[in-house]
Amino acid sequence: MFSSSINWFKYAAPQRFYALSGTLIPYCVAVAVIATIVGLTIGLLIAPSDHQQGESYRIIFIHVPAAWMSMIIYLAMAFWAAMGLIFNARLASMFALALAPTGALMTFLALWTGSLWGKPTWGTYWVWDARLTSELILLFLYLGFLSLHAAIEDTRKADRSAAVLAIVGVVNIPIIYFSVKWWNTLHQGASVSLTKAPTMATQMLTGMLIMTVAFWAYSFAVSFYRCRTLILERERHTAWAQEAVK
Amino acid sequence: MSASLSIPKVMLAIVRRDLSLALRRKNDSLSALFFFVVVASLFPLGIGPEPTLLAKIAPGMLWIAALLAAMLSLGRLFADDFQDGTLDQLVLTAIPLPLAVLSKTAAHWISTGLVLTIASPILAIQFNLDSQSMGILLLSLLIGTPLLSLIGSIGAALTLATRGGGMLLSLLVLPLVIPVLIFGAGAVDAHQAGLPVDGHFYLLSAMLAIALFFAPIATAASLRIAVE
Repeated sequence: MFSSSINWFKYAAPQRFYALSGTLIPYCVAVAVIATIVGLTIGLLIAPSDHQQGESYRIIFIHVPAAWMSMIIYLAMAFWAAMGLIFNARLASMFALALAPTGALMTFLALWTGSLWGKPTWGTYWVWDARLTSELILLFLYLGFLSLHAAIEDTRKADRSAAVLAIVGVVNIPIIYFSVKWWNTLHQGASVSLTKAPTMATQMLTGMLIMTVAFWAYSFAVSFYRCRTLILERERHTAWAQEAVK
Repeated sequence: MSASLSIPKVMLAIVRRDLSLALRRKNDSLSALFFFVVVASLFPLGIGPEPTLLAKIAPGMLWIAALLAAMLSLGRLFADDFQDGTLDQLVLTAIPLPLAVLSKTAAHWISTGLVLTIASPILAIQFNLDSQSMGILLLSLLIGTPLLSLIGSIGAALTLATRGGGMLLSLLVLPLVIPVLIFGAGAVDAHQAGLPVDGHFYLLSAMLAIALFFAPIATAASLRIAVE
């Protein structure tokens, strides 16, 4: 009434978040589908082939967004897990848990597409390069987070213990990000960064950025959806949740 | 708390207690060492006794064996205290919990990591390592095994409340100690390849310094979650 500032905690209540995410999911899905169609059309049909790698470079339209998401989702997961640990916010912990499978999937996709690209280009599916190894560790961290959470019966205890693990694992993110700078191994350096002009054709870059939008939208959609399921599961004793599943 | 109970005294008392417990349960403490020796002895049998090959794989292999042996002993770090209620007392002690954790971790390192480090030259001889490489291996284990205890203590605390935590403990801790393995074994590899080893030791020491500060805090937070 008197204050024009946003109430940041309004959607910290699971019930409100449940309603909000329910409204947002269709939009996220729509953005994800449209951006995927546009991005893949540009990437697979319009963008020119690379003069060194030929057509095999086109994996970047999946590989790079997946690799970015794998790191960003980990940071988001650790952030929300920490919020849940520090402020005892239930929804934050639920969202962290909802993000983890998507993060693991992105990490797996990044590794998988990378190895498919590595075979024609490097001549091998896998090398023990710093970037690959640290990304593999990231996958283990996601799996560790999920297993630890699953192994503790008391949900809140599980939330908090897994949060500690997620926070400790954050140390791996800068290692992945800077691994191509710190170690001169096989994986090439970044072609795209915020500080300097990209070293790739505009159409390639456009396709990749649109695919990144698609990956973001997809990640939001599925983690919202998963979070809604978690909310219903944990709030099953409340009247509104019972009303919601009717 | 009376004035005579200063923090260093309490910490020392915890180290002493844990060490005397380790001495009285020789079976437990020695099993990590035997595990280390047995695992290390399996490799030549599996790979073949070719001396140059063995010397080449020795650093990585001894490191992995040490790592697994440390994992094996980590399960007991807090489990007994958790079960008999000592851990609750420890959480309530007047000294900060991270310092109490640090003392317990130190005792764990002395009863496992240090013992493994001391035993490693004997295995290194079996693997045909020259004396200089052996010295570097010894030094890398000396800096690296405390890291295993420190990082491992986080996992040990986190898995306290789980059912059948042994497997899970390894799943959580092994990915986190990969850097220690890389630089620990890498130091000996670099030496064998005629490269300078300083960088590896600097990085290991830096990791040790960071872990000495942060690991007890994370472990203490996990213990509070477990006992609440």
